[in-house]
Amino acid sequence: MPIFWILLIVLAIAAIGYVAGRARALASAGGDIRALHSLPSYYGWNAAIKAMVPAFLLIIVWLIVQPIYVSSVVSGMLSDGAIPNSSSRGLVMAEVRRVAEGLDNAVAAGVIGEDAARSARADVIDITQRLKDAGQIVTSQITQPVLRAAQHFRIMHSTGNMMMTVAALALAVLGALWAIRENRAEFRARNIVETSVRILLISAASIAILTTIGIVLSLVFNTLEFFRLYPASDFFFGLTWSPSFSGRGGSSQLGVLPLLWGTFYISVVALAVAVPIGLFSAIYLSEYASPRVRAIAKPMLEVLAGIPTIVYGLFALLTVGPLLLSVFGADGLGWMKAGTAVMTAGLVMGVMLIPFVSSLSDDIINAVPQSMRDGSYGLGATKSETIRQVVLPAALPGIVGAILLAASRAIGETMIVVLGAGAAARLSLNPFEAMTTVTAKIVSQLTGDADFASPEALVAFALGMTLFVLTLGLNILALYIVRKYREQYE
Amino acid sequence: MNDMRPMERKVDTKEIKFDCRNVQVYYGDTQAIKNVDVKLEDRTVTAFIGPSGCGKSTFLRCLNRMNDTIDICRVEGNLLLDGEDIYDRRVDPVQLRAKVGMVFQKPNPFPKSIYDNIAYGPRIHGLARNKADLDDIVEKSLRRGAIWDEVKDRLDSPGTGLSGGQQQRLCIARAVATEPEVLLMDEPCSALDPIATAQVEELIDELRENFSVVIVTHSMQQAARVSQKTAFFHLGSLVEFGETGAIFTNPKDPRTESYITGRIG
Amino acid sequence: MTDASLHGAAPRKGRSIHQIDARTRRRNATEARFKACGIAAIAIGLFFLVVLAVAIIRNGTPAFTRTVVEVNFTLTQAQFDEAESQLFKTKAYSGFFNSALADQLTQQGIEVAFDEASIERLMGKVGNAIREHYTAHPGDLDAPVTFNLPTSSRVDGYFNGRVKRETLQDSRFLEATDLDLADQLKAAGIIKSEFNWPFITGADSGVDNPGGAGIGASVVGSFFMMLVVLGLSLPIGVAASIYLEEFAPQNWITDLIEVNISNLAAVPSIVFGILGLAVFIQFMHLPQSAPLVGGLVLTLMTLPTIIISTRASLKSVPPSIRDAALGVGASKMQAVFHHVLPLAMPGILTGTIIGLAQALGETAPLLLIGMVGFVARGYPDGFLDGFVEPNSAMPAQIYTWAARADQAFYDKAWGGIIILLIFLLTMNIIAIILRRRFERRW
Repeated sequence: MPIFWILLIVLAIAAIGYVAGRARALASAGGDIRALHSLPSYYGWNAAIKAMVPAFLLIIVWLIVQPIYVSSVVSGMLSDGAIPNSSSRGLVMAEVRRVAEGLDNAVAAGVIGEDAARSARADVIDITQRLKDAGQIVTSQITQPVLRAAQHFRIMHSTGNMMMTVAALALAVLGALWAIRENRAEFRARNIVETSVRILLISAASIAILTTIGIVLSLVFNTLEFFRLYPASDFFFGLTWSPSFSGRGGSSQLGVLPLLWGTFYISVVALAVAVPIGLFSAIYLSEYASPRVRAIAKPMLEVLAGIPTIVYGLFALLTVGPLLLSVFGADGLGWMKAGTAVMTAGLVMGVMLIPFVSSLSDDIINAVPQSMRDGSYGLGATKSETIRQVVLPAALPGIVGAILLAASRAIGETMIVVLGAGAAARLSLNPFEAMTTVTAKIVSQLTGDADFASPEALVAFALGMTLFVLTLGLNILALYIVRKYREQYE
Repeated sequence: MNDMRPMERKVDTKEIKFDCRNVQVYYGDTQAIKNVDVKLEDRTVTAFIGPSGCGKSTFLRCLNRMNDTIDICRVEGNLLLDGEDIYDRRVDPVQLRAKVGMVFQKPNPFPKSIYDNIAYGPRIHGLARNKADLDDIVEKSLRRGAIWDEVKDRLDSPGTGLSGGQQQRLCIARAVATEPEVLLMDEPCSALDPIATAQVEELIDELRENFSVVIVTHSMQQAARVSQKTAFFHLGSLVEFGETGAIFTNPKDPRTESYITGRIG
Repeated sequence: MTDASLHGAAPRKGRSIHQIDARTRRRNATEARFKACGIAAIAIGLFFLVVLAVAIIRNGTPAFTRTVVEVNFTLTQAQFDEAESQLFKTKAYSGFFNSALADQLTQQGIEVAFDEASIERLMGKVGNAIREHYTAHPGDLDAPVTFNLPTSSRVDGYFNGRVKRETLQDSRFLEATDLDLADQLKAAGIIKSEFNWPFITGADSGVDNPGGAGIGASVVGSFFMMLVVLGLSLPIGVAASIYLEEFAPQNWITDLIEVNISNLAAVPSIVFGILGLAVFIQFMHLPQSAPLVGGLVLTLMTLPTIIISTRASLKSVPPSIRDAALGVGASKMQAVFHHVLPLAMPGILTGTIIGLAQALGETAPLLLIGMVGFVARGYPDGFLDGFVEPNSAMPAQIYTWAARADQAFYDKAWGGIIILLIFLLTMNIIAIILRRRFERRW
């Protein structure tokens, strides 16, 4: 693990820098710490930071740039003739990488000598055989250009790593020396250290932005790639969802509408369960319940929110599904064919959302000023009249926001629908039929054996994009409404 | 009838509306009101004065059982409204509060239109047989609240959009709309500017003609201006009760004198 | 303005408050109905909680017992050599086992007729297990050894009540006569139930061997993921919160960060899985199915939660503390790190534990980065390998079992849920204790 060792060595240089920097500052003040601008440890940190930060930044940049550079050079080496008709440059490059990795492992295992792995005259058939013997996965016979490219790939890689090690360590030593030279009594070490810490804090906070950017980029690029292979209009307006399992066949129909319908239908069922129960629970807990009842019932309800969704999924598949089937199935009313259905997933998802709706609504109802209630009671209104005619209208925007957040939860929920809703995409009105959702199909398209470059796998990113845009829209709207609502009473 | 002559002795020229005997109020273990005996007259403005935390608001809130909404609050003693004990088991606070209305410290119009604010009480108590009836009640109440001329053209706009003084008069009109017999006012002017205060005080004086009004106030000038009877509370006890003029000019109790001369409070 | 014509808005006298009028009675009835709706809503919510708990406990407990056949056995060196020289080695060991079983039954004076086929249906291929034992422990040869060999999952199911005699259809897996044999062996004390340690300590088994499936390996996978999540999300979360709460200027960048955090808190978890797949695996070429990648994805997912709770606890430290520190000449940074942060620490830790518990139960993103259950075939070789070797996590393991559509695996899934919930419960209890113990009211 060479990177690991480089990191350790840099840390060691930083530690030495800390001790030396601190000592040098103290020496320059004649050992009297009152003569120093900052506390001695700040001088030490100054040296340590200047040793670590540039070196680490260099390593990070190097690690990102080097593979891209090496790939482009090696890819340029492959002549067009080296690429079989049935394949593409990307696939051949993947093969090159696999061979290079195989060579690495074989060398590490001692099956092939380093010289043999590097030798330009190495026999292709012999190498292939040795790699296979060494247990390295080599898909087929390695061709001559691929082997040459792989060898070149390895050499460039190891040279690059060597250069990075040298550069990083040199930078660390230079940084430490520079800082130690700076460390005199009047040097404002604390300001340097505090600025560095501040930058560190800012970068930590920026991770939120980076995450969003990461999500958007990974969705956008792969979605565009998908639309290159599959027409966007067929995706958005197609009424059929039937991916072919053969891989790159053109027979797949990937229309998103049946999935959106399933998502919508299940969410509606879930909200139909969660909103009335959640809202009435919130009303009871905030307006009627004695402190004791509240102290027991509220956490109990919130337990429902802390249960992982996989538990709900299993509950839907193995408890609620069979239960519904015994009532609505062939033995009962005959509406239901299998345990997995819109109703099953919707009911269970509704249960999951109860505490979500109730605790959000509870907060919002509590934010309605007491003076409003007093005004109503003072006129001789009963509690329920006050709640229905004064409190709820006043809390309405906030409650709408809470319901929108719950809807966004329902749309994005995965495990319950994967296990409870079924796998068939269909446009139907019968809530006792199996349907499937956007999230469930993302899981099934990306966990199968499909090639990542095929439209059948890439469609998951387009689905993810659809899901992200939908939930983001709902969230922003809901957060905006809730914030406006809170400002009103603050 | 509304003469301001100081009287040496209480003369029962007016019907007694509230007869409170030996009232004790507890918040959990602390006693907030001790042994209060007081008789409140009909068609009279009675002012409750006293330093902060003396229990005057607490006592006021007992008169229409608003304290019921506080879990730890407990009331003992007899509070008779027209001879009927309001803490009797048979009493429904909802019905009581229709008879004893309340106006609060901070104007608290509902987030509804001006019309719906006023119509709220009559609607829940079923005072109007039809829309015309309700319109009539709303207009009369707004007139009674001395705000009709200011809002008659915008009855559909929200009550929260009015100025503070208008909001408080709207709240008074809202309380009047349920046709109560007693109006309780808990520092109704403390959130208002002097001009709005003057308008509300004028209104209170007019309301005396029909209602028994009980007002809690921090301002002794206000008590002197609007009330005929004054009760001085101190540390949960009723120290002195009598004609407003007498209390302010010739207090019997030294604590009352200290308070109105500004030495305590 | 006040004139006598105002009939409305004037006192209505003569109403007794001791007589409840019809309207009030009606209104009170509505009131009671409304209140009952509230109680019903709470009751329904709690009812679901109870149903869920009952379902988990009832369905999950069978996973913790297993049915074993206990046979005393002495294998001589000669027998061992003989068996090893044969072509079908395990068959030879099966033969030894059968005769040993027969001996044991005769000793106990029980007359039971059985043949090799029925033993195989009851216990699978026993020879393999015996051979493995003796090849691993040659010292046990010539000495009596007590074997606890697991029965097949159908026999296990029979004793757990999952497989019913009435509904059993004879197949090559189990015949009704085998159940008679099993009953007799049970009566003789040879078949017994014991605590299923292999379920706790084992790794996932193949699709055809539900009996051998254990959750241990994926517990380890979850553990390494949680290490990554804790190691990254606590420092990053605290740093981000300190910046936003104490240092951030009021400008559009701060607003952007705030909006991003509140939105990320509501982004579906599966989208984070897509992010992990595209960025960590496709772009950065980190190993697939590695707990390290799972940990990174879950870190990004839990960060908003941790930031939100950390900010709340920073906010609860009164400004007077900061003023006091600044007043004696500390820099803003020193005031925050020396005074505010230590005081907020219990709240931060509580929030972090709750965030971790949330991450521990998350499934969907793990499936996308390849941490599916069947990957968890064994324990990692070393501590550092634990981060990069392909593994699964508890919830993903449970999902894989549930997706196998086999009653025996369903049992395992429910059992896995009990284990998962025990972990979650422990974490939440620790959080509650922390909160109770260190909660400070200002």
